[in-house]
Amino acid sequence: MPILSLHNVSKSFGALTVAERVSFDLRAGEALGVIGPNGAGKSSLFNLIAGNLRPDSGRIVLDGRDVTAAPPMQRCLAGIGRSFQIPQPFGHLSVYENLLVAARFGGALSADAAPRHCMDILRRTGLAAQAERIAGSLSLLQRKRLELARAMATEPRVILLDEIAGGLTEGECGELVATIRQIHAEGTAIIWIEHVLHALTSVVERLMVLNFGRVLVIGAPDEVMASPEVGEIYLGVAA
Amino acid sequence: MTTRTSSAFGRPASIAGAVALAALMFAMPLIAPRAVVQDLFSILTLLVLAMNWNLLAGFAGLVSVGQQAFVGIGAYAMFAAIILWGLDPLVGALIGGLVAVLFAIPMAFFAFRLQGAYFAIGTWVVADMVRLAAGQWKALGGGTGTSLPKGTTRDMIGVPLVKSVLGVSSAAAADTVVYWLALGLAILTLAASFYFLRSRMGLGLQALRDNANAARSVGVDPRRIKAIVFLLTAFGTGLCGALIFIQITRVTPDAAFSVIDWTAFVIFIVVIGGIGTLPGPIVGVAIFYLLQRLLADYGTVYLILLGLIGIGIMLFARGGIWGAISDRTGIELLPLRHRPPSHQPVVVEQEAARPAG
Ligand SMILES: Nc1ncnc2c1ncn2[C@@H]1O[C@H](COP(=O)(O)OP(=O)(O)O)[C@@H](O)[C@H]1O
Ligand SMILES: [Mg+2]
Repeated sequence: MPILSLHNVSKSFGALTVAERVSFDLRAGEALGVIGPNGAGKSSLFNLIAGNLRPDSGRIVLDGRDVTAAPPMQRCLAGIGRSFQIPQPFGHLSVYENLLVAARFGGALSADAAPRHCMDILRRTGLAAQAERIAGSLSLLQRKRLELARAMATEPRVILLDEIAGGLTEGECGELVATIRQIHAEGTAIIWIEHVLHALTSVVERLMVLNFGRVLVIGAPDEVMASPEVGEIYLGVAA
Repeated sequence: MTTRTSSAFGRPASIAGAVALAALMFAMPLIAPRAVVQDLFSILTLLVLAMNWNLLAGFAGLVSVGQQAFVGIGAYAMFAAIILWGLDPLVGALIGGLVAVLFAIPMAFFAFRLQGAYFAIGTWVVADMVRLAAGQWKALGGGTGTSLPKGTTRDMIGVPLVKSVLGVSSAAAADTVVYWLALGLAILTLAASFYFLRSRMGLGLQALRDNANAARSVGVDPRRIKAIVFLLTAFGTGLCGALIFIQITRVTPDAAFSVIDWTAFVIFIVVIGGIGTLPGPIVGVAIFYLLQRLLADYGTVYLILLGLIGIGIMLFARGGIWGAISDRTGIELLPLRHRPPSHQPVVVEQEAARPAG
């Protein structure tokens, strides 16, 4: 049984369709990459999965449970952890406290267990030295790391990562890929939206291409990259 | 503004200072004239109202202009407990707090549907409806209100004891007892606020305040936390309202449900002191008291001046006086920060754990 299924999920903002009959299954522990031009509806898809947006129609099923009408808080408790493309830190809290909120609420960890869990994640995401910094004072790249770390702290079974590799040096990107591989190796299912293709394809098992809110293709990365649809879109984007 | 370990005086010194201040406040009825004790009583009760409003508006973002509803309900419930059921005023005060909570439950269902300015106006309207309803309560004097029966405070729990130990009049002993209760309530409210804000709920509350969207996405339930704060502060405000009217010994709908006395002044105190900080209301109430002493003879001009000062602070020093002091000096009293466990070795381990890139 898939951990997450979308059945004909549609969403429009007036005349603008950001999801049109989107259907796919995510197997437990699977890593799925999502690509597509800007404005294709990738981030909106995450908002639909995480409950920040309600679909106009269609169903979202998490681990056999219909969560289409569930608010974000409940979806987090049910195992969906997300990052935001435009980072949304708790600006007046420290980096450590940002994770503590996630661990104590979303992760439902006890007061005893949460601190070590958070420090462990801060180390894995290269933020340990920033633990006591006020999150509002972080650089954009550090904020993106915090998005990843905070999503990890909720102990998700499905983690949604939205463009966290942009702007990294090659070395930093390598570290990030190692971290995400590790999350994957621990059995967490991943959906990763990313423009940095070599990073993405070095982790994911399947790749999905979105355009105008529609799933163009979904399949093995090399097949998808070789498909004519992708060629067209990416030539269009590159121009 | 990265990390500040403790106040400039260090932790033991601040604790010693706080204990000395509490001891001095406790001793006031023994060393100061009655008029001073009565003044201090008003200040302490205003402080309690201010700390409750600060928790509500400054931390939970629930900017209520209807907290006088709970003051009035606490006062009226206490008068009912004394006059109709013959209970002791202190028991009546506890009942006042509980009745305020009971009333807050349906009020939350209504008010939580409203956002921002609508919430503020909605709470004000509800409070005024309760004021009108209290005016219909014939057993408690209707619109003209009623007084405590003669001798009520004389026989109140603790008063005969204080009277005989201190060798003072019954009236002075009653003043002393309610003063000590107000002092105790103020300390308790401060301590409870501190521990609440340091708890899991308090952390969630601060996350909500910073970014509600992200907080929901990491599992924080905004309605639940805000409802808890609304009910807790209704209790504190109702209890404090009852205590205020034990000392006044007379209740009328207009006095008990006064938006000026129990909400406008309280908002002023919190805003000038520093909204959303724990020491803010303490600083604010001290400044409010000084202004009142200096300007009380000027009547309306005094109120206008208070308004202008409040607006000035909101425009130019949003953190209030305490925020400005704290920013300049780095002093942090009652810090709410959660420190990472054993932050010494962290940096070392982190360097070691990082693969060479
Ligand atoms: N809440 C919203 N209201 C109106 N339009 C929106 C909203 N969210 C996203 N959009 C629009 O939907 C389109 C898809 O956005 P998004 O999902 O962020 O695309 P992507 O992440 O693929 O770049 C964009 O044109 C964006 O402006
Ligand atoms: Mg996007």
